[in-house]
Amino acid sequence: MLASHALVRGLQSGFWRRVSTSSAAWATHTHNVDVVDYVPFVRNLSAEQKKLKEKEKGSWTQLTKEEKLALYRLTHELSYAEMRQGSKEWMTVLGGIFIFLGFTGLLVWWQHVYVYGDVPHTLSQESVAQQTQRMIDMRVNPVHGFSNKWDYEKEQWK
Amino acid sequence: MFRAALQLSVSGARSLTRSRPQYTASVAARSYSHGKQETDEEFDARWVTYFSKPDIDAWELRKGMNTLIGYDLVPEPKILEAALRACRRLNDLASAIRILEAVKDKSGPHKEIYPYVLQELQPTLNELGIPTPEELGIDKA
Repeated sequence: MLASHALVRGLQSGFWRRVSTSSAAWATHTHNVDVVDYVPFVRNLSAEQKKLKEKEKGSWTQLTKEEKLALYRLTHELSYAEMRQGSKEWMTVLGGIFIFLGFTGLLVWWQHVYVYGDVPHTLSQESVAQQTQRMIDMRVNPVHGFSNKWDYEKEQWK
Repeated sequence: MFRAALQLSVSGARSLTRSRPQYTASVAARSYSHGKQETDEEFDARWVTYFSKPDIDAWELRKGMNTLIGYDLVPEPKILEAALRACRRLNDLASAIRILEAVKDKSGPHKEIYPYVLQELQPTLNELGIPTPEELGIDKA
């Protein structure tokens, strides 16, 4: 990138000079811009920021809390806490799922009303009772299954 | 080595740095089926030496820290002290603060590790004037 080119060429402060020993320098010589491995968040320092960088070379006990924070923010866009924080996106996703499920439900209801006809009459209560009685009379599965559960003496389910 | 802390749920990380875990003779950074296993002390010494290089450059600092953070352990305070001093030699306060943040992040659910490390590093932090992330207010997003 052009910025790394300027990085190696022009900047004066010690921090930037050290970066020139890294792959950023090779990148500018060989024009292989993919090789830049690390870039501080703020690269083009204002005069004030450059002064702060100079102050960083001295004892850090001389820096105020705000200056220390400013130095941190120059190289890092996000703190660990900011980086690791979650988002509310899951609510959107879940909401979207429910919306589509609801829409599907509407489709199913419409289908039930407008597409499907009546069920066969053999599923009515009366018809099922008659079928069941017939199965009992026929002794369906008398050993372990259906008729086994019917008490023929008392004429009721066991 | 704080590997033991990650494997055993024992409160009081301090005791773990002195007692060796009984279930294994030595804990290596990688498990080989053969070959000499590196002890915790050898591992620590190797990393302290790495960061103590007087003319360490910024790339080596970043590479070292990134590699160290990639391991399944929280680095010993003495390694971190060497790394912080390397930051001082490189006039890089931001990286020093970042190292502290990374320690907290690496501890994961073991909340007792970070306060312990800060306690051990307090003399160095005071000497070099490195603020903790809490002092700067960046520990909360």
